[in-house]
Amino acid sequence: MAEYWNFEPNYEQKAKRFFANIPKPEMILNYDIAVKDFVHSGNASAQIKLFLKRLGVDAKVLRRVAVTSYEAEINITAHSFGGTIVGNIFPEMIHIIFQDRGPGLKNIEEAMTPGFSTASDLVREMGFGAGLGLPNIKKNSDVMHIVSAENESTMLEILIYY
Amino acid sequence: MSIKLDVYIEAINGEILTENVDYKNIELDDGYCSDLLSDVMGNALDNQVWITIMRHLNVIAVASLTGVPAVVFTKNIKPDVAVIEKANNEEICLITCKLSSFEASGILYQLLKK
Repeated sequence: MAEYWNFEPNYEQKAKRFFANIPKPEMILNYDIAVKDFVHSGNASAQIKLFLKRLGVDAKVLRRVAVTSYEAEINITAHSFGGTIVGNIFPEMIHIIFQDRGPGLKNIEEAMTPGFSTASDLVREMGFGAGLGLPNIKKNSDVMHIVSAENESTMLEILIYY
Repeated sequence: MSIKLDVYIEAINGEILTENVDYKNIELDDGYCSDLLSDVMGNALDNQVWITIMRHLNVIAVASLTGVPAVVFTKNIKPDVAVIEKANNEEICLITCKLSSFEASGILYQLLKK
């Protein structure tokens, strides 16, 4: 399996400590994402955003969580055989894990390139497939981690500090 | 400078499609014109009206997640009832107009005296 990490410099040390010993979250949000279900896609992200809003998280942070989560949710909907989203809520940040059931990324670096897309015509007709999903996730998260390989599943996890 | 949404709707001769939004109280400082959802997701802000020809349900999800208060559909495009209903629930104002996105953007640009 290939792996990709991106750390925003201010959070690298903190995040590495977190991943070395992941504590028990205060709250866990679980969602199933169905294959090509563009009608309900986005609901999980909306619920995660709403949950953090009720916790009093700053609007700019909410926006970053929403962008990150929505892009990843659409990726599962548009490109995978379905999957799950788990939002782990901590007092100072959110850890979201997006796990699909394949078919995996041939080349992660290539997928990270703005403008690169494997989207189908159906997906493009709906306004997706611009090749900006993963770059948007990178831009809006403090830590981004992808584990994937061709014909395997893809796991994307992100951290965003409040 | 900023303008009220209802001033803009009048200027583009727009038709309001949603019900429960108080469009007279929505202030616009800016606009964003794009048909790529990821581009809107990454760049649109909550003080902007979004001008587009996309009419799918995902438009409402993107508007809601980015906090865009109003969406203007150009070229007389009208979304399905389900899309309008979702916009009503999310309190997002939907407007349609006969102009092109270029024209609708140009009028907003002039009103804002950019």
